[in-house]
Amino acid sequence: MDQSFKKQLLIDFGTVLGSYAVLFALQKSGVINTYWQGIILVVCINVILTVSLNVTSGFLGELALGHAGFMAIGAYLSAFISKSLPLIPALEFPVAILIGGLSAMAAGYIVAIPTLRLRGDYLAIITLAFGEIIRNILKNLMLFGGTKGYPNIPAYTTFTWAFFGAAVCVLAAKSLIASRHGRSIISVREDEIAAEASGVNTNRYKILAFVFSAFFAGVAGALYAHYIRFLQPSVFTLDKSIEILVMVVLGGMGSIRGSIISATVLTVLPELLRSFSDYRMLMYSIVLIVMMLAKHSASGKIMFRPAADKTQEAET
Amino acid sequence: MTNVLEVRDLGINFGGLRAVDGLNLTIEPGQLYGLIGPNGAGKTTVFNMLTGVYLPSDGTIELYGENIVGKKAHQIARMGIARTFQNIRLFKDLTVKENVLISLDTQADYSLLTGVLKLPRFHAQETAMDEEAMRLLSVFDLQDDADKLARNLPYGKQRELEIVRALGTHPKLLLLDEPAAGMNPQETQNLMDTIRTVREQFNIAILLIEHDMKLVMGICEKITVLNYGTMLACGTPAEIQSDKNVIKAYLGE
Amino acid sequence: MSGFSQFIMQFINGLNIGSIYALIALGYTMVYGIAKLINFAHGDIIMVGAYVSLICLNAGLPWYLACIISILSCSAFGVIMEKFAYKPLRNASRISLLITAIGISYLLENAFQLIFTANPKPYPSFIALPALKIGAVTISANYYITFIISVVLMVVLTLFIRNTNMGKAMRAVSEDAGAARLMGINVDNTISLTFAIGSALAAVAGILYSNCYSPINPTMGSLPGIKAFIAAGLGGIGSIPGAVLGGFFLGMIEAMVKAYISSQLLDSIVFTVLILMLVLKPAGILGKDVREKV
Repeated sequence: MDQSFKKQLLIDFGTVLGSYAVLFALQKSGVINTYWQGIILVVCINVILTVSLNVTSGFLGELALGHAGFMAIGAYLSAFISKSLPLIPALEFPVAILIGGLSAMAAGYIVAIPTLRLRGDYLAIITLAFGEIIRNILKNLMLFGGTKGYPNIPAYTTFTWAFFGAAVCVLAAKSLIASRHGRSIISVREDEIAAEASGVNTNRYKILAFVFSAFFAGVAGALYAHYIRFLQPSVFTLDKSIEILVMVVLGGMGSIRGSIISATVLTVLPELLRSFSDYRMLMYSIVLIVMMLAKHSASGKIMFRPAADKTQEAET
Repeated sequence: MTNVLEVRDLGINFGGLRAVDGLNLTIEPGQLYGLIGPNGAGKTTVFNMLTGVYLPSDGTIELYGENIVGKKAHQIARMGIARTFQNIRLFKDLTVKENVLISLDTQADYSLLTGVLKLPRFHAQETAMDEEAMRLLSVFDLQDDADKLARNLPYGKQRELEIVRALGTHPKLLLLDEPAAGMNPQETQNLMDTIRTVREQFNIAILLIEHDMKLVMGICEKITVLNYGTMLACGTPAEIQSDKNVIKAYLGE
Repeated sequence: MSGFSQFIMQFINGLNIGSIYALIALGYTMVYGIAKLINFAHGDIIMVGAYVSLICLNAGLPWYLACIISILSCSAFGVIMEKFAYKPLRNASRISLLITAIGISYLLENAFQLIFTANPKPYPSFIALPALKIGAVTISANYYITFIISVVLMVVLTLFIRNTNMGKAMRAVSEDAGAARLMGINVDNTISLTFAIGSALAAVAGILYSNCYSPINPTMGSLPGIKAFIAAGLGGIGSIPGAVLGGFFLGMIEAMVKAYISSQLLDSIVFTVLILMLVLKPAGILGKDVREKV
């Protein structure tokens, strides 16, 4: 086991550093132009969002529709920190990211508590409501400029920051899932009653999954804020949460690799379709429906874990 | 020597219905105990109260002298009562080994950070858990299926896996809810041997619900008969077989 | 205006928006009850209903024909949507159903945006009855007609479900589709019927909504849709009286919060109330508490 672990560790670090080196070189040498550099950065941010949501939706098996809310909290609070703290940039940004993540994490904890008693669709309703509350408060918070937006955020997010942010998130999610804590989270998805009977404190692991997921959504928000440099509540709508959920589902519930791929494809694809800008969303929606239908027509090739439907078992 | 389980005047109401009433049970260390009764007699309800799924309306449940009423299901599991379910509840999309590893979590204590950072303590404990899982699986000859998905196991093996998973919590008392349901006579025979082996190898007490009289009479040392939520009789298999009330309830008049 | 008539005004506002929420929530809840699907595209059917009736009105058709065409085309659309997008996924996980529903919602919004542009279109209010004056309070015709039509439709729907064979079939399918099939109920037709009725109600809601709140645009259905979905959850998702109650309750809270607390923080307050209510009563006001069988 130790042997295979060392091998895995080498592969993980090799992949991370290798892809970083390649992408970095391509950008520095100008093979990838500034336009695409921006897109690569957004890919990294979307990878963080997707992988982190996969922890709640794919591994814990709960349908969460408020991920954009956590992202918003991380974005605004980190921006506030870097705008108001008189530190040197090299120190300020990590602090801002951390604060962004931690405050989203606190919000995740607050959302997790009421959801402990709820399941399935009700949980979806609560997380949806939560996301809307966050956006509504931001719209009215003059400290952050309300609907007019929050401008002049320092441009700290570089490719390196975004890339390693994504790498940390992916590796943390992978290790979490491979640990006893991760197995306990998955057992909640598989069968909550059997999990309790096996000694798993299901409430604790539900909270853990939510908090983990919210932390990285906050980190993604912080990276986003310092890339786009101007925040508006209208970015963090239900549509944004759904966009992330779609990436999770298309990549495969409970598959981290799938999340990375689908976050990349679904970020790059709309850019490629930019010349058809009028038809872009229409095509996106058709692709969505067709993919869902195709996925289920090939019998047996179900990438979704059917156990994500826990409510179906509930009987009166 | 203290008894493993001491249940006194246990009762539960569902709405206006008195599902179980005035149940007393005493299980001694290493005992194989049977709980029988017609359908709807409240047997599974008793299991659900013993394991913290339902909160009893009255009465006490003591595990080695400690009252466990009001404790959460996972706490009771960690205190030493493990169970299987009437309609198998495995973690179907996980592998056979993972099913056992989840209950073996009770035997590990490395922290979240240790796990995420994969510190040495994580490896030490994971390796130990892995070996323990394989050891438990081999008791039931399931070691070769370790990497199969639980859903792909044949029915009989799924039942056995559920028992292995229950054993993973290192219980003092194992509750089996109709372990022979859906098995043919040969499989039932094997199951009886297995249950005896489990009791001896793991040195635990076993309480089982069963409809198969041959199985119950064949391996249980003591039996309680439930009917309409109340205790109809209690005694050795021989005593139960000659009990008038039991014969009346089972055969009618 | 005195404080009391002010309050009555708000009460009437609450009933108005509440009856529209209730109509939409009914469609949500019926479809949920029978197909166990959160039909995210339901809100957009309101928009389809509004636009179809607008086209008819602009083409010079009398209002009743415009309404009938709009209702029928929404019903037909609901059935087609079910047949093509949801039926093949009947055994799929809920999340894939949800994503498909979201896909349809985006499809509708974007298709209508391409056809009619994103610009708001004025909707000619055709309810030309006199306003009602009670003391110092004036109730415009749009308001009381909306309320009356909604209540009548809810009563009719309740009677339909309770007393007719088709209604009984709907209840049976929502209870246990497999058993209903064994009893000789045509499950597919029953599900189609549910979608047809739900979409017809949405069309009515769309027409009434447009009469009260012109102009209309291709995304007009999404916010009322979400609110009505929440109203359905509030009442107990899957429960018909629950949807009505939830709809009126939500409308009333909205009107009161807007008038007496803050219109800016309206959504936050409404959603917070919702969360608190669901936490206190996890299955909604009228929902059945489900106990998982062990």
